Amino acid sequence: MTYRRKALIWQAMAALAVIALLVAMGHNALVNMAQRNITFGFAFLGSRAGFDIPFRLVPWDLTDTYGRALMVAGINTLFAASLCVVLASALGLALALMRLSSNLLAAGTARTLVEIIRNTPQLLQIVFFYFAVLQVLPGLRQSISIYGAAFLNVRGLFVPAPTTGPWDLILLAIAVVVLVLALAWHRLGILTPRLLVLPPLALLGIIGAGFTAGWDFPALKGFNFVGGVRLPPELLALTLGISIYTSAFISEVVRAAILGIHKGQTEAARSLGLTGGQTMTLVILPQALRIMIPPLTSQYLNVIKSTTLGAAIAYPEILQIFARTVLNQSGRAVEVMTLVLGVFLVFNLSTSWAMNRWNRKLALQGR
Amino acid sequence: MGLLRALFGTKLNALITVLMLAGFALVLPPLFGWAFGSAVWHGPNRKACVDAGACWAFINARMPLFFFGNYPAEERWRVGCALLVLVVPLLGAMASRRAGLWLAILGIGVPVIDAILLYGGVFGLPVVATARWGGLMLNTTLCFVALGGSIPLGIVLAFGRRSPYPVVRLVSTAMIEFWRGVPLLTVLFMGLILLPMVLPDGVTVDNLVRALVVLTLFTGAYMAETIRGGLQGIQPGQAEAAAALGMHPMQVQLLVLLPQALRMSIPGIVNIAVDLFKDTTLVSIVGLFDLMGVVNQSLKDTDWLGLATEGYTFAATVFFVACLLMSLGGSFLERRFGTTPHR
Repeated sequence: MTYRRKALIWQAMAALAVIALLVAMGHNALVNMAQRNITFGFAFLGSRAGFDIPFRLVPWDLTDTYGRALMVAGINTLFAASLCVVLASALGLALALMRLSSNLLAAGTARTLVEIIRNTPQLLQIVFFYFAVLQVLPGLRQSISIYGAAFLNVRGLFVPAPTTGPWDLILLAIAVVVLVLALAWHRLGILTPRLLVLPPLALLGIIGAGFTAGWDFPALKGFNFVGGVRLPPELLALTLGISIYTSAFISEVVRAAILGIHKGQTEAARSLGLTGGQTMTLVILPQALRIMIPPLTSQYLNVIKSTTLGAAIAYPEILQIFARTVLNQSGRAVEVMTLVLGVFLVFNLSTSWAMNRWNRKLALQGR
Repeated sequence: MGLLRALFGTKLNALITVLMLAGFALVLPPLFGWAFGSAVWHGPNRKACVDAGACWAFINARMPLFFFGNYPAEERWRVGCALLVLVVPLLGAMASRRAGLWLAILGIGVPVIDAILLYGGVFGLPVVATARWGGLMLNTTLCFVALGGSIPLGIVLAFGRRSPYPVVRLVSTAMIEFWRGVPLLTVLFMGLILLPMVLPDGVTVDNLVRALVVLTLFTGAYMAETIRGGLQGIQPGQAEAAAALGMHPMQVQLLVLLPQALRMSIPGIVNIAVDLFKDTTLVSIVGLFDLMGVVNQSLKDTDWLGLATEGYTFAATVFFVACLLMSLGGSFLERRFGTTPHR
């Protein structure tokens, strides 16, 4: 028998085994569904959901459909994930710089913290923040005031929110046009990189002004807070737990990347008269960023996956809403699990695609 | 002098040191006071404790539950024996000269003996249903079984992904990317919800077995990528030399490349093992009573209400010590078998 024929037979056997397994599983699923009088299909997404989603960023009503619930829960997942990514990166950078500090006390403390955080389960940290920290906070009347602007109590964190006025859309449109123009001019070489910080600053200014109608501060009126935005304890515990856990891993990534930059770079920068801070921000970190991107990507992907742990404390994210509430109501096991797994595959594959692009852009050119 | 200079060498350093010392002075004394000074160690219920100190009496009262779950008290010696049966070959494989013999015992003998010891049903040992297994014993069982199953699976998938046959490569890659692309908790739910649907009618699977299957497949995908990294790190000269000696391609892969790849992947495998041990806590969300599940359950006991801090601190300490031991064992393995130069 020739090598080619042998290879073909091997592959055909492998393919047949996989197909046979999938067909058998699909057949069983169909039989089981037929027994329970369910037909496979996603038409149920159009029917009325009728349950409440306690925390959401977009409007939600009891009469809305399952399809909209998927969107609301998906936005909740992405919201928690983006908070965690920002917080974990900042904390991780801080921990890494502390660990690399020449001050032995700072370095030792950072090392101890990282070891403690890394070696305890993430779920345990989330549940600890939820049940041992946030659930034992005082009630509404004894709220912990943060400079009178934000309030922390057992119902969550009440923070000021920008209010929208009639001019917001126009302002936002102008900001976007300015940003696009600036980028185009930068490409053409008209704008120096230093001026490129102006458009984002303008955008931040608009947001800082609380859009056009100013900030809406929370205030205790009667039995509840009026105004501002309430961040529920579920979101806070999830964000704190994931951010702190991930920051320990990010700090190791950052530390390894900084140590990976040749010592000559620091020496050269210092001999040119740059200060320690300038050396770090202008010479070391930009180069370290290149080494960091691949491991950082996998940390960010982990963050997205970790948001499912919100199901342990009933944060209304995709797994909690679909694999619990929607499944209990509709009994559509196959469809619900397909949706949940599909959503996470899409989130993960698109994030890794975006980070790969960024990586290619930053990677050393001309090899 | 060196230490003083490291702490107070420059103005900024001195400032950082003073600020940090002030922070420690503010945080540590009350913390130690709570954990040790005014802590209560023994007592029948919550009333024995004081507000200012930790209520370790709660942990003391529930200690057996934290380690064994609802495993019957008179049968707990079996768990101890099972642990001994596991640890002796493990140490043997790590430290003795005949590592291969001990590894064979660990791979074939130990699972059988431990399954008989823990589950029973033969040799006059009464059956202990898996629903009664719990606590740290469950975490350990899950971790070791999933680890033991995921290494062979990972080897198969890693070779599959490097296979010259497109079909095999496609199937292995799809398998690896699927399990790595979805969160562990969703696949645990999948095991809970979807597995009964795709099995023939009338076949039921034990809750623990479902979690074990999911954990093994999930870990196997990560294991495959680590081992594939090891395989990629081997110089092409090795395979060429082996082929030149007249070895069959299968022999080249299994006898020359695999052992070197496994040695190279030791740090990665240890990381996976530590992550897996921490991740076994997720089974508490899908209805198994591991250490975390037992702590959650104990917090609802009316005798011991409001002791979440103590409960979770205890669980965190146990996991911390276990993970530290695993890391230590890992660095020992690395020094003994690894490919990094000795220092």
